[in-house]
Amino acid sequence: MPAARLPAAASAKPAAEAIAVRNFIQTVNRFLDAPLGVLPRLLLLLALLCLIPTYFTPLYNMTMFAPQYQEGLRMDIYSYKLAGGHNNQDIKEINLLNHYIGMRDLVSEEFTEFNWLPFAIGIFGLLFLRAAVLGKTSHLVDVTVLYVYFGLFALWSFGFKMYQYGHHLDPKAAVRVEPFMPPMFGYKKLANFEVYSYPQFGSYALTAVAVVLLLAFYLAWRQWRGDTA
Amino acid sequence: MKSTNKIAILAIVVGIGALGLVAGNCAPSAPKGAKKTAAVSDTAAAAMKVYVAPGDLDEYYLFASGGHSGQVYVYGLPSGRHLSTIPVFTPYPATGYGFDDDSKKMLGDLTWGDAHHPALSETNGDYDGRWLFINDMNARIARIDLRDFKTKQIIGPVPNVSGNHGSAFVTPNTEYSVMATRFSIPIPKGTAAEVGKYATDYKGVVTGIKVDPKTGEMSVGWQILMPPFDYDLGDAGKLVSNGWVFFTSYNTEKAIGKLEVTSAQKDRDYIAAVDWKMAEQLAAKGEGQMIGGIKVIDPAKNPGLVYFLPCGKSPHGVDVSPDGKYIIGSGKLQGVTTAFNWEKVQTAMRNKDFTGDEDGIPVLKYESIKDAEVPVGLGPLHTQFGPDGYAYTSLFVDSAIAKWKLGTWEVVDKVPMSYSIGHLAAAEGDTVSPDGKYLVGLNKLSHGRHLSVGPSQPESSQLVDISEEKMKLILDFFTEPEPHYAQIVKADKIKPIEVYPKEENKHPYAIWDVKDAGVTRNGNKVLVKVVEVRSTITPTDFEVKEGDEVTIAITNIEQTTDELHGFGLLDYNINVVVDPGETKTVTFTAKKSGVYPYYCTNFCSALHQEMQGYMIVR
Repeated sequence: MPAARLPAAASAKPAAEAIAVRNFIQTVNRFLDAPLGVLPRLLLLLALLCLIPTYFTPLYNMTMFAPQYQEGLRMDIYSYKLAGGHNNQDIKEINLLNHYIGMRDLVSEEFTEFNWLPFAIGIFGLLFLRAAVLGKTSHLVDVTVLYVYFGLFALWSFGFKMYQYGHHLDPKAAVRVEPFMPPMFGYKKLANFEVYSYPQFGSYALTAVAVVLLLAFYLAWRQWRGDTA
Repeated sequence: MKSTNKIAILAIVVGIGALGLVAGNCAPSAPKGAKKTAAVSDTAAAAMKVYVAPGDLDEYYLFASGGHSGQVYVYGLPSGRHLSTIPVFTPYPATGYGFDDDSKKMLGDLTWGDAHHPALSETNGDYDGRWLFINDMNARIARIDLRDFKTKQIIGPVPNVSGNHGSAFVTPNTEYSVMATRFSIPIPKGTAAEVGKYATDYKGVVTGIKVDPKTGEMSVGWQILMPPFDYDLGDAGKLVSNGWVFFTSYNTEKAIGKLEVTSAQKDRDYIAAVDWKMAEQLAAKGEGQMIGGIKVIDPAKNPGLVYFLPCGKSPHGVDVSPDGKYIIGSGKLQGVTTAFNWEKVQTAMRNKDFTGDEDGIPVLKYESIKDAEVPVGLGPLHTQFGPDGYAYTSLFVDSAIAKWKLGTWEVVDKVPMSYSIGHLAAAEGDTVSPDGKYLVGLNKLSHGRHLSVGPSQPESSQLVDISEEKMKLILDFFTEPEPHYAQIVKADKIKPIEVYPKEENKHPYAIWDVKDAGVTRNGNKVLVKVVEVRSTITPTDFEVKEGDEVTIAITNIEQTTDELHGFGLLDYNINVVVDPGETKTVTFTAKKSGVYPYYCTNFCSALHQEMQGYMIVR
């Protein structure tokens, strides 16, 4: 009877699945233990090179125009500092304007990210180098996963910072405005200001690192498949 | 492997290329509006509108306050040409103002003033071209006679008034020019009280300066005690609202210290409505308490004298519509301007539709008296009017002017101002019959709109054509620091003389014949009567003794237009200009012995250089 046979079939299946899982794990382990080819190693070195610009170029830029500010007020966010246009005067001007609505001053000390971002990027550089030299797939997977996590966390951290600036306004400020989210990407009209917010070269370099790492992983996988076929 | 390599390299190239494309997506180099350039035809049309050909005359006078320069500047419109400077609160060597005895006496000890709001005299609510009144923060008002464009009287410092900002607005028949306190102090002046007692011991006042209808002579009419708010600007009611004068106030929190925060806590401040006809009657009856030498009326003891109209946060301008039906108050920290309906205000006053009181002054219920909150834009400050029911409100934060319709409250147009407009002035735009046609935006910043002249930047004023539905910016011109309010009057309303007629000169030391010129001595007082006429200063020399008190009375006996003569005495602080038919005196003590040349400083004739003499001091 089909119904009576079912339990037997069901009890037979786990065994088969367990074998499949074990095989899979063994396969994965073999893959992770496999040495990386030349190309993935070179890509890891390329990823390392891509990190270097983040020490020199801004990650983000915010530019604000108003009728009174035809040249715009500009603020660049680096991995380790804030820099304003017009020899930093723009940040002072932005803070002066923001104080009317009770926004906290944008100052480097408020960005705790500046303390750990350059260090973290340096660590990644070393990890990339380590993976390139020791050259096991597992090293590549480690740094890729860590790096993606780092990237998402940094993005969240920045967004959260912006959210806090726009939402923790002094209730006693001269001009009371509704809490707002400053734009993370693109254009937004805030009072009399046109605000443009875009990632800068540093951010694109960091994104390139992720692309290169994923590509390296893909190539490593392709190569391993080819080798084991 | 080879094909994999190719794919990988291709992918990297494509990836980086894509990144480059995305990276190209960043903030533009200029704001959205900046890319618009006027079409050639628009430029030509604007040029035609503002071009006043050589020899042709402008259509309007613009009387612009000189702010802390203490002067009034006269421009022609539509050309924007600077025609004249009228010295008021500050010496002006170009005309000798503040150097001769009379003007020195008029200025008193202060040689600075902060003049904000010129007010042309009115008859039946329309400019009559007789006088121009202007306030000084130092509790003074000056009257300029438009017959000769000269300052004739400075009244004040008026007792108890401190920081006279809400001034010198006039009532519809120039019965009064008003004053109001911006910086409340303990009164009478001279009373010291710690700032911690601000709310109780400090007081504001509003004052009516009575203007003699024939001579224009000013005297204190009435003064009303007010809570210690900062009274900011004012306007008199007209037609249906005649008999009332309105003042905006901020810091109704009665706060001290960092006012930019502490005075901006309440969502509404007030417009004070003052029944000046009642104040006049009370003053005539001798009502009030003597403070600082004048009677001060307490509105708490005289119900009906003052009411407060709640208005948007920290209001700046208050402006009455040409028909007198609407009181327009602009909360500068809000995006709306409020139109109060005078009929509703009166009803609320009658029905005691109050929400409370401030130091005994009733506060009217906002919802009962407002007709509309007009969404004009950010930072509304002042409103002027056109002949066709349109109102024009300056927007400081938006740096623009909004045009909107009274009654429908619809905002129909906006024109950007460069940059940060403060006041605006429309042609006869605060009278019962505005002309329309022109409007001048009096901007606070001129950044980049002119050839650079270093850090001390001129102020930018902009002429806007308001004759059509769409406002059109047609001219930038640069006004002397620092225009606050201005008045624009049709040129034909002003009828100035160009020489002082001989028969009108009643000066006791005036002489009209060179034979009468010379020195008369009375003890150590020496009077030197001097005649100036092309091209001699008579006497050509005179002698005095060291330590003498010397008065030189100079009469310019010319009766020809533009034949001004100067009188400069070297090494002395004496430099006057005497107009045709005018007599001026200068008094000084003769210093140590020597020879001191005097000469005509104001170029007059072919032999101007010969017009000189010597004062010999022994």
